[in-house]
Amino acid sequence: MSAPISHPAQDLAASRAHVPHTSMLLRMLVRAAVLRRGRAASALFAMVVAAAVATAMLNLYVDVQAKLRREFRNYGANVILVGRDGASLPADALAHVDSVLAGHGIAAPFALLVARASDGQPIVVAGVDFERVRQLDRWWSVSAWPSEVPTLRQAQGKLARAENAREMGHPGLIGVRAMAVVAPKNQAMKDQSFDLSFQGSTLHVEPAGTVQTGAAEDSRIYISLVDFVAWSGVQPSTIEVAANGDPEEVAAIMNQLAQAVPAAEVRPVRQIVEGEARVLGKTRATLLAAAALIILTSALCVLSTLMGWVFDRRRDFAIMKALGASGRLLNGFFAAEAAALGATGALIGFLIGIGIAAWIGRVNFHASVAPRFSVLPVVLAGSMVVTLLSAILPISLLRRVQPAVILRGE
Amino acid sequence: MFVRLVYESFRRQKRRKVLAGAAITLGVTVATAMIAVATDIGDKINRELRTIGANLVVTPQEDSLDVEIGGVNLKPPSDGAFLNEADLPKIKDIFWRNNITGFAPMLPVPVAMERDGKRQDATLVGTYFAKRISLGNEDFTTGVRSTHTWWKVSGAWPDDNSRDVLVGERLAARLGEKAGDQLVLAGRALRVSGILSTGGAEDDQVVAPLALAQEILGRPGAVRRVYVSALTKPEDAFGRRNPKSMSGAIYERWYCTPYPQAIALQLGEAIPHSHAEQIRQVAQNEGAVLTRIEGLIFLITLAALFASALAVSAAMATAIFERRAEVGLLKALGAGKLAVAAVFFAEALLLALFGGLIGFGAGALLAHQIGQSIFNSQISIQPVLLPVILAIAVIVTFAGSAAAIRRAVGMDPVFALRGEL
Repeated sequence: MSAPISHPAQDLAASRAHVPHTSMLLRMLVRAAVLRRGRAASALFAMVVAAAVATAMLNLYVDVQAKLRREFRNYGANVILVGRDGASLPADALAHVDSVLAGHGIAAPFALLVARASDGQPIVVAGVDFERVRQLDRWWSVSAWPSEVPTLRQAQGKLARAENAREMGHPGLIGVRAMAVVAPKNQAMKDQSFDLSFQGSTLHVEPAGTVQTGAAEDSRIYISLVDFVAWSGVQPSTIEVAANGDPEEVAAIMNQLAQAVPAAEVRPVRQIVEGEARVLGKTRATLLAAAALIILTSALCVLSTLMGWVFDRRRDFAIMKALGASGRLLNGFFAAEAAALGATGALIGFLIGIGIAAWIGRVNFHASVAPRFSVLPVVLAGSMVVTLLSAILPISLLRRVQPAVILRGE
Repeated sequence: MFVRLVYESFRRQKRRKVLAGAAITLGVTVATAMIAVATDIGDKINRELRTIGANLVVTPQEDSLDVEIGGVNLKPPSDGAFLNEADLPKIKDIFWRNNITGFAPMLPVPVAMERDGKRQDATLVGTYFAKRISLGNEDFTTGVRSTHTWWKVSGAWPDDNSRDVLVGERLAARLGEKAGDQLVLAGRALRVSGILSTGGAEDDQVVAPLALAQEILGRPGAVRRVYVSALTKPEDAFGRRNPKSMSGAIYERWYCTPYPQAIALQLGEAIPHSHAEQIRQVAQNEGAVLTRIEGLIFLITLAALFASALAVSAAMATAIFERRAEVGLLKALGAGKLAVAAVFFAEALLLALFGGLIGFGAGALLAHQIGQSIFNSQISIQPVLLPVILAIAVIVTFAGSAAAIRRAVGMDPVFALRGEL
């Protein structure tokens, strides 16, 4: 009943005389899809949804690790370089570290010493590169970064650098607890400048802002590394490094750092590294469980829809068999149909799935989830297996039944 | 007649009903498990994040500045203020006491060590390892073993009531100490029970029970600071507001939300002459990571719900499509559209309720399994969710069947009976 009857029989015979045998199969496939548009479309729809969901889940599963690692880099350094036995690091250490990192992380040098405030109280002063610290230690709650202050001043044209640079003082970032000790409370921030002395040399610091972290930083005074070295002659003894990548990549970076700066001891910040590994591991496991459940559900959905579709066409099957089609041809026909459906559904679903993954990446991580084309063969193979299975199962049931029984509608 | 139709349909078409019911059960199982995981994941990840360390610190209010570089404390030992050890159990007495997963007091003491006649200065830190604290009718065990989980000891952890100490690995390498050796420290011979490795300043220090550190310092009951590990809610715009500027009701709401600041405020109130603050490196980033993971699992739960709704719809549509002949017969015998639809909807309702119930149980079991295997802890499902899940199951089943039922009802009985559709 699905055979085309619009052509006169002679034309038909003539047109088919030179056509290879396979075109009948092709015609059957196309007609089967066109004549039962509704059912074919719903089967394809189920396939597309399943493939899309599977693609999105696999894509996320592969990518989410990298995304979460980026979040964990906000915890700051995961590797730390310290001069052996408290010695300073060589002057070119930071350049070596930067060349090893090559964009895969941030490094910030720290130089520390104990100076005395004007009332003789000891206080820890640190020399840092403010721009680097700002990128590395994002949890610092800073009222105003010193690096912004000079540019502001220059813009206002107030600066007469040559005349009274000394008087003007060096911009510093003051820990909230240190602030109470070094600066008188009743004055505005810009008037709260104070002196620090270290081994006889004095430094005039002008607070640019305060820093609050809840940790040791609150008791310290931060000035720029250039001012620090010029004042005290002390070189940085620590470089904190936030290295990107999975544990193997970080271990490789640590190895390279140890070779590049032999004078330093390279240590992982275990607290951060272990916490990160645990949380990532658990998240990934949860995601895997969820992905398995979702993919299983949608595969079963495809299976039931497709089996219904094939079962529904037992009359087509019976007619073909009654007309003399061999078992192999019938198997081939339904298998080819299933494979075509699976491939089409998988391709469309893959594109939609990539879209879903990208959308989740944008909404949740504010970053794009890169399409992983390595997922495509997996999705394609999975779709084929599911569709073939859902075609073969009903066919193997129908094969045992006489065509006459089916055609009589029993 | 109506009841008999539905009853006979279930009795005679067991295979089809089982298939459709299985689809609904599976869909509800996945939905229930994912909802359970999604509602609990925040708490679970929050606990995992506690392995990064304490997120709050309590210090004396009138403390002098810390003078500390690389773990070496340069502040005179008697300088500054102390907290009283006797006040510490009050930490587990605040409003959010159940959110406090642990705390560890710290008391650094500079000491002189002698080894083979050589003198060396080092810092000894007194703390709790796994101290039992009794709080009225229940006991609570806390200390660095629960708050500082990244600390590794080769050898044995000292007992909190003993006079054993841990030696940091770098210090031990310099001194040539091994676990089980004797260490002469501040004129006392102490046993080294293990070598401590932390990757931080403690690698150059000696860690001892708090009572021993107090004895060496000569100040019984003194504590320099307390690290507190608490489950907190990620800070939002409301959490960042200054509590001092809030009016009564709003302040109440802020106070009763486990923001890091709110818990810090309560800690400061509970311990006399103290000041509690969030450790921003831990507290701030925790919120960011937690929000991301919760958001991800939420979106995936939506996907799971969608997939299971689709599976249920597909199964129902197929089941109804297969019964065209039956519809034809009913209509030929004079049943109206409404009557036919009612039979199908009644069957769908029964299937949904039955499948929903089994699915809910299976989903709770699945969620429990996921919780056990991934987080080693319980993911329990609220019984309140049962009616919600059942309602969703019924709605999805009805929605999935509606299109198929409409088509089945609209058929001409003649074609349906001849099987030509």
